[in-house]
Amino acid sequence: MLKAQPLRAYPKRGIPAGQAAKEMVNVSATPVLALRGVSKRFGAVQALTDVELEVHAGEVVALVGDNGAGKSTLVKTIAGVHPIDEGIIEWDGSPVSINKPHDAQGLGVATVYQDLALCDNLDVVGNLYLGRELLRRGIIDEVSMEQKARELLNTLSIRIPSVRIPIASLSGGQRQVVAIARALIGDPKVVILDEPTAALGVEQTAQVLDLVERLRERNLAVILISHNMADVKAVADTVAVLRLGRNNGSFSVKDTSQEEIISAITGATDNAVTRRAGRRSTEAAK
Amino acid sequence: MSDTSKVSKADAGTKGQQTTVAPADDPTAAPVSVVDPRLLVREEGLKGYWTEFTRKVKGGELGSLPVVIGLIVIWAIFQFKNDRFLSADNLSNISYYMSATGMIAIGLVFVLLLGEIDLSVGSVSGLASTLFAVWVVQHGMNAWLALLLAILVGIAIGALQGWFFAKIGVPAFVVTLAGLLGWNGLMLWLLGSSGTINIPSDSGPVHLLGQNSFFMDQAIIGGYLLAGLAVVLTVVGNFGEQRRRKAAGVPFRPTGEILVRVGALAVASFVAAAVLNNANGVSNSLVIFLAALVIVDFVLRRTTYGRKVFAVGGGIEAARRAGINVPMVRITVFAISGGFAAIGGMFFAGQTASATLSAGAGNTLMLAIAAAVIGGTSLFGGRGSVWSALLGMLVIQSITTGLDLLNMNASIQYMITGGVLLGAVVIDSVSRKSQKAAGRG
Repeated sequence: MLKAQPLRAYPKRGIPAGQAAKEMVNVSATPVLALRGVSKRFGAVQALTDVELEVHAGEVVALVGDNGAGKSTLVKTIAGVHPIDEGIIEWDGSPVSINKPHDAQGLGVATVYQDLALCDNLDVVGNLYLGRELLRRGIIDEVSMEQKARELLNTLSIRIPSVRIPIASLSGGQRQVVAIARALIGDPKVVILDEPTAALGVEQTAQVLDLVERLRERNLAVILISHNMADVKAVADTVAVLRLGRNNGSFSVKDTSQEEIISAITGATDNAVTRRAGRRSTEAAK
Repeated sequence: MSDTSKVSKADAGTKGQQTTVAPADDPTAAPVSVVDPRLLVREEGLKGYWTEFTRKVKGGELGSLPVVIGLIVIWAIFQFKNDRFLSADNLSNISYYMSATGMIAIGLVFVLLLGEIDLSVGSVSGLASTLFAVWVVQHGMNAWLALLLAILVGIAIGALQGWFFAKIGVPAFVVTLAGLLGWNGLMLWLLGSSGTINIPSDSGPVHLLGQNSFFMDQAIIGGYLLAGLAVVLTVVGNFGEQRRRKAAGVPFRPTGEILVRVGALAVASFVAAAVLNNANGVSNSLVIFLAALVIVDFVLRRTTYGRKVFAVGGGIEAARRAGINVPMVRITVFAISGGFAAIGGMFFAGQTASATLSAGAGNTLMLAIAAAVIGGTSLFGGRGSVWSALLGMLVIQSITTGLDLLNMNASIQYMITGGVLLGAVVIDSVSRKSQKAAGRG
């Protein structure tokens, strides 16, 4: 009860939040990526039930939820790791089927997983272009790769000692930004970041968040999984909450307090405080 | 929103121009915005190279330093014990006999780069030489066709073992241990009735790989031609790359450094050619071995396949996510190992002009592994170069030949080679540790 106190103290801006978010979404054009009623089942576990998600170009959507809420599963369905059982995935407004990672990459979905999956023994350039090396007469074109890598890191204002040192010599934050930069090599439209700031220090977290903002400036759609509310508040435009494999609200970050998001995550939305708040706002509307 | 994105794009454009312009006048300094201010930039001049060298050694990036020092020590000791050791004839012997095991070691470098091991190479080499002998002598097959088939059998055996490892998930150690026994058994069964098959030494490939076959029929110019070719190729390659890098505005190797490298290579190769010419000439086995090294080095460093091998060795998950077909890389790597083992077997057959029960047995396998590891290829995968097969074989063959000169027993040879192998692995492990400590592991 005491914890919920600040909720009332905050001046309400356009609550209920779910509706506010919806309205904002409707304003902009067709979403780049939309999930409609997506369900996924693993044996006896219903991991996702009727999940809806919309991501627009130039928008950062934070996907939040408790452990086991289905965030990772949802992201993996988009990335093509787990094909969906039911529902529709729309790309630029038309339905598509994503059955394997290759399909997702072909559409323009780039995923940066939590374990960055970089090759420690290869240098930064080698990692950025791993699996899609630039060729010149059938031979790896190190010069063009290095030139392009430097340009890319430059435009993202990524600072690393040298593009020719092995990944093993980079710090955790530097590895994270290299992993994100790597996702951009294929010119994606949607970038999925799985816990990009977990296990990072203050300065590195700031670096990564800066980078997320730069992705938005490049008009990419970003799906950001995070447990850190401060990060979410800092960079996200919209927060989509998952709880036990279902949607539990979608909020516009500007108009929502951290407590509201947390209560949606923990499932505390339906309690005395929120009911009273809801009643009061409907009364005020009348 | 659109305004900001425009601004940022324009900003990005100017930054891009800066990158291409800035390095043109100052090659060593990268554009300021990319370089971490904490990075210790290499100082200019000789002192800069020295500080970088000491830093690398302290950081555990030893490269081929231990093996070069080891080789000098070994040569010094043997020369002190027997002054015939550094004679042209003996060095020529070393250069000839190292090519057979060296070929096997090339294949092993691939496997070691994955962080795996192939214990079957000795048996496969023996089996290949036996098959060759059986086909040529007992069935009258064309020698070149038999050679090709024997190598294909080696590739197939490697692929089969790789398949068990990659698809079934049996540890490579166990699969190839089974191969070590199984293929040796098959060889013994094939040789069963006769025991030894002598191959007519004038038949094409056997003659070519024999001890009396020399590049350009012992013409003095032959060795110098090869040395000159190596130098010219290095010059063209290095300056070509420097020009392209300058044009692209990325850091390049200064002319002075290239000249020093080329100079060192020129001295080494021309001295080697002179020494070999002083004896009999450059043996064809050695020429084939060196050609294989150059080709394989190119494949590993400059092709997507080589990049895939390094990637799988550095991180399987990362490689898989990058869209690399990991099982395929593993199977092909073991196939390559099997293929080179078979080629090594052909070299052995050429040396003795026969297929014997002892072919590929005993220490062939250990020597090949030792060569690759002594040369600096890490047992832990992802680090190494095919040139380690050459450097390692120089060490191994020097020890073998030197101990032969001193009339030492095989027992002593085994003990010493074992000790050297242990030393190499210890250096590998320790340097890996200090690389970790220096943030480079």
